[in-house]
Amino acid sequence: MSTTLITKTGSSLPGQRKASSAFSASQLLASIPGALRKLDPRVMWHNPVMFVVEIGAALTTVLAIAQPFLGSSAHTTASPTSPAFTWAITVWLWLTVLFANMAEAVAEGRGKAQAKSLRDSRTTTVAQRVASYDETGDPGAERADFQQIASAELTLGDTVVVTAGELIPGDGDIIWGIASVDESAITGESAPVVRESGGDRSAVTGGTRVLSDRIVVRITSKPGETFVDRMIKLVEGASRQKTPNEIALNILLASLTIIFVVVVLIINPIAGYSNAAQSVPVLVALLVCLIPTTIGALLSAIGIAGMDRLVQHNVLAMSGRAVEAAGDVTTLLLDKTGTITYGNRQAAEFNAVSGVAQRALAEAASASSISDPTPEGKSILDLAVAQGIAIPESAAGSVSVPFSAQTRMSGIDYADGSQVRKGAGSMVIAWVEESGKLPAKTLTEIDGLVSRIAEAGGTPLVVARRDKAGKGQLLGVVYLKDVVKTGLAARFADLRRMGIRTVMITGDNPLTAKAIAAEAGVDNFLAEATPEDKMALIRKEQEGGNLVAMTGDGTNDAPALAQADVGVAMNTGTSAAKEAGNMVDLDSDPTKLIDIVGIGKQLLITRGALTTFSIANDVAKYFAIIPAMFVASYPGLRALNILFLHTPQSAILSAVVFNAIIIIALIPLSLRGVRYRPTTVSKILGRNLWIYGVGGLIAPFIGIKLIDLVISLIPGF
Amino acid sequence: MNNTWLFILQALTVIVVLGLLYRPLGGYMAHVYTTQKNLRVERGFYRLIGVDPASEQTWPVYLRSLLAFSLIGVLLVYLLQRIQEWLPLSLGLPPVEQGLAWNTAISFVTNTNWQSYSPELTMGYTVQIAGLAVQNFASAAVGIAVAIALVRGLSRRKSLTIGNFWVDVTRGILRILLPLSVVAAIILIVAGVIQNFNPFEHITTITGGSAVIPGGPVASQEAIKEIGTNGGGFFNANSAHPFENPWPWTSIFEIILMLAIPFALPRTFGKMVGDNRQGYAILSVMGIFWIASAALLTLLESVGSGTASQLAGAAMEGKETRFGIVGSTLFGTSSTLTSTGAVNAMHDSFTSLGGGLAMLNMMLGEVAPGGVGSGLYGILAVAIVAVFVAGLMVGRTPEYLGKKLGGREIKMASIYILITPTIVLLGTALSFAIPAVEASVTGTSMANPGLHGYSEVLYAFTSAGNNNGSAFAGLTASTPWFDTALGVAMLLGRFLPMVFILALAGSLAAQDKVPVTAGTLPTHRPQFIGLLIGTILIVSALTYLPVLALGPLAEGLK
Repeated sequence: MSTTLITKTGSSLPGQRKASSAFSASQLLASIPGALRKLDPRVMWHNPVMFVVEIGAALTTVLAIAQPFLGSSAHTTASPTSPAFTWAITVWLWLTVLFANMAEAVAEGRGKAQAKSLRDSRTTTVAQRVASYDETGDPGAERADFQQIASAELTLGDTVVVTAGELIPGDGDIIWGIASVDESAITGESAPVVRESGGDRSAVTGGTRVLSDRIVVRITSKPGETFVDRMIKLVEGASRQKTPNEIALNILLASLTIIFVVVVLIINPIAGYSNAAQSVPVLVALLVCLIPTTIGALLSAIGIAGMDRLVQHNVLAMSGRAVEAAGDVTTLLLDKTGTITYGNRQAAEFNAVSGVAQRALAEAASASSISDPTPEGKSILDLAVAQGIAIPESAAGSVSVPFSAQTRMSGIDYADGSQVRKGAGSMVIAWVEESGKLPAKTLTEIDGLVSRIAEAGGTPLVVARRDKAGKGQLLGVVYLKDVVKTGLAARFADLRRMGIRTVMITGDNPLTAKAIAAEAGVDNFLAEATPEDKMALIRKEQEGGNLVAMTGDGTNDAPALAQADVGVAMNTGTSAAKEAGNMVDLDSDPTKLIDIVGIGKQLLITRGALTTFSIANDVAKYFAIIPAMFVASYPGLRALNILFLHTPQSAILSAVVFNAIIIIALIPLSLRGVRYRPTTVSKILGRNLWIYGVGGLIAPFIGIKLIDLVISLIPGF
Repeated sequence: MNNTWLFILQALTVIVVLGLLYRPLGGYMAHVYTTQKNLRVERGFYRLIGVDPASEQTWPVYLRSLLAFSLIGVLLVYLLQRIQEWLPLSLGLPPVEQGLAWNTAISFVTNTNWQSYSPELTMGYTVQIAGLAVQNFASAAVGIAVAIALVRGLSRRKSLTIGNFWVDVTRGILRILLPLSVVAAIILIVAGVIQNFNPFEHITTITGGSAVIPGGPVASQEAIKEIGTNGGGFFNANSAHPFENPWPWTSIFEIILMLAIPFALPRTFGKMVGDNRQGYAILSVMGIFWIASAALLTLLESVGSGTASQLAGAAMEGKETRFGIVGSTLFGTSSTLTSTGAVNAMHDSFTSLGGGLAMLNMMLGEVAPGGVGSGLYGILAVAIVAVFVAGLMVGRTPEYLGKKLGGREIKMASIYILITPTIVLLGTALSFAIPAVEASVTGTSMANPGLHGYSEVLYAFTSAGNNNGSAFAGLTASTPWFDTALGVAMLLGRFLPMVFILALAGSLAAQDKVPVTAGTLPTHRPQFIGLLIGTILIVSALTYLPVLALGPLAEGLK
């Protein structure tokens, strides 16, 4: 194979970080043993198209061997019959089968490589199992007896203790304690995460390392049945089941195969009447060229590669069916925080009241935020710097006043007695008015500013100051804004063009939610959402025939995750959430939902495109083979030999060779997936019809002609 | 006037009339099959046969009713032929021979109307009227009923039933076929088509020779023959006979009659699925095939081949001079594309490539526009396969009109597509594979040796398997082999596909509808029209190219 064909790598899907689409000749070589093992008819049987090719290959082999003993009298046919021809056909038919098996083996091999990296995290460790766990008397298992057993022997419901430096022996929930855990083995994220008992951060994954403290973990999955184990089986192909769509496509391919078997079977009875009967190798060659071998050979590789792409995105799917469903999704439920916005508010504007300089407000606001550790505080400083205001050094003797739930303010007290506060409007106003009533005009103005910001979906932060004498002054309002991630609006617009609606889920009030929804460009939003609301929304969408995808991490998300057609649980989520969903995102990045939809679509598109290509190829093959078969009897059919192929033998052989080589040539494409970019359906279809439909018509004409030119150099052909 | 202008004028006439009929006729048919109201005569009939018109059937029950109805039809037509000698108005003709009677009964019940006999020498008026004409109505109504059942499958949601067969057939006959036939018959009578019960008159001509002037209720038969896309002629010469088709303009009128319902059904489909654009898309595909095929056939016949036709200016052998090239090719195209099978010229005498094209028209699967009903359900089955492959290419589980195309739907649609070619190819091959049969086929049946003889056999099975009924003449088909084999081909070619279409309808009806979004593959745009045309062409070309290469192509490319 030429390397130019197979060095193109990478997918156009956004967000892919691990480049491993590279496909090399060495992978191909490595796949040969597996491919040979797959020649077993009991294995081939599962792929009807290639099974027919194998039978044909076996048949021509027998004929090729028997030919010298039968003599020429047995071949009173009008078609080429030289032993060299029969052998050449035989060899290339076997190669066709082998190439198909190699495609699958390569895909499985890549899956295995992925799986290996997952499995490396699964090395057996010693588990400290608590002999008889006393939940009430000794929740920390301080006084309990331990048994040292191999992690592989753990069973569901066992309780283990893990201390700093140890590997967690299996998937489970923390039932006591708090610890920082290094999950880089699973997520690739080096920063440790905190895991603690109770709540939504209690799940731990086997193979991750506890860095500090001591925790008691209840094992929630049997070894061999954890997510990673299941995923390993899926990508290795061990437990791969045909998805509904694969089944439908297989039926279509089988029907095409049946009809071509009939077409080929009836040729000799009819041709015999015209003394144009064909030899068996020629008929087998015609049959193999007509049945959809290209897609038949690559179908399972495409499916495995789809799962594989998901793993490259650090997403584990529970079944191939889930990946397909992702392509069908019509409604995306996206959590606002973390998915649509950056999760914390940032200062966007300083709004000074009349009579106060903008600069004075900015300075006061930054002064009150110098020792404020919250992201909001930092963002105020950032905004001030951006506006060219020098941040004052922390003055000597000043005391920072942290935010508290009672005061709902934070700020700074200077040594000279002056104070600055920022916080909720009513509290700050009350604080100022401790030194005397404010004028009604100022209050109205502040109210106006506050409500304008709230309506726009932001959080108003009122800033005030008291001088040495305790005289208070309102300075203005800082506009804290939920910042929508950049580029999202464009992505949502892409999704909309693909027919996917986005719904933002948020706990905010409807006013705030509406403003953010408008800014992010989502189609709809669900404000003040409770888990029940979420569930009701999913049901409603599904009743309307929509397929719903969502992400979730909490235990209270579990019912909704189970109800959704595609439920992506965050790896940081609880075991219940992970059990309920049909995918787990190891990076816990809810935005990835959009990528997952893309991967599902790409999988289906690749199948459709190669099916189209495979069927379109038949036209050219007919033009190569039909004249070659009958030209001896009907010289007029030479007019159909529009490729001017060298000889009938060469024409037939060229078609068979092309048919085999195209499989190898398309392996990289089937592993990488057809290019997919969100745009209108008509554009996608038009593009794919041109490339794979019209291209599929033309490519074999060129390919067969080139092969014929090479074959014509061989003496005897 | 040369053939180009004649073609443009005549084709335009047909197109304009069909265009005017499209909306009213299609809309009317949609109304007929969706209204809740029954006519008084219908209510009486339902009481008589014990059917509750308000109760609907699941697809297996619908299918059983259809098969029972057709079986009774076969038995009745067979019986009438066998007891012909005791029937009134039988012109003294003897009972029809067993094999032929079976073949003819099947032929008329399956809407094929293949005729292995000379009607005027075989069938009396009673058999023609009570047997054959009745089946002309019944078989056409059955075809439309199946198409409507499939459309219901596409338009309903979560429904276990697909309609009531008895109601559909009754309404089809009483409200659509009968009124149209009455109007058409009157026009034909005015044009000079005979309608009487006179016995055949034997006369001596001026030159002293003897001749027979036939009589019979021809106009009434002729009307439904075209409207129901049946095609079985009252006379052996079919629509070439001046008593069936006296003028060039009656020829065009008959073309319009056979195209009227098949071309209006897409409107019915569009109306019933609530999106007229879907109807226009299907109509466009059908129309493009019709125009292209007619133009190509006209071209091939105008150019002709060989010395004789070049001297005559065109391939006039086997064509009526009163119709000329264009009158014959338009009729031939319409007849082979609609599964009518009527002829006003001998297809056997078409040029090799022209005859091959007539065959190819049938090999397309009778979908452009196809027989009444069968054309619509045929093209919808191909559309489902086309949508499946194309739908994958836009990255969704494919859906057509809101119905997901899963394993079951694809299974039904692809088996449907597989059945007819298998019948045609196996039938043809067996004719040459079994030594005893081959002796009979080549010895008795073939009028021409070699390639053309083979083409005749291929044409016969193509015609029977696709329920067209047109013949390549030339072939003597009243042999035990052809009577039996073509009978089986017609039977399987008609009812096996219906089984799968009704199963498909049942599984589609049971589904809920997926909402149409921007991600749905649009099935009303030119892109889809092109796709469907391509699919139809590729499927039939791939299936039939080898057998065509051995006959018409080998002959034509000499």
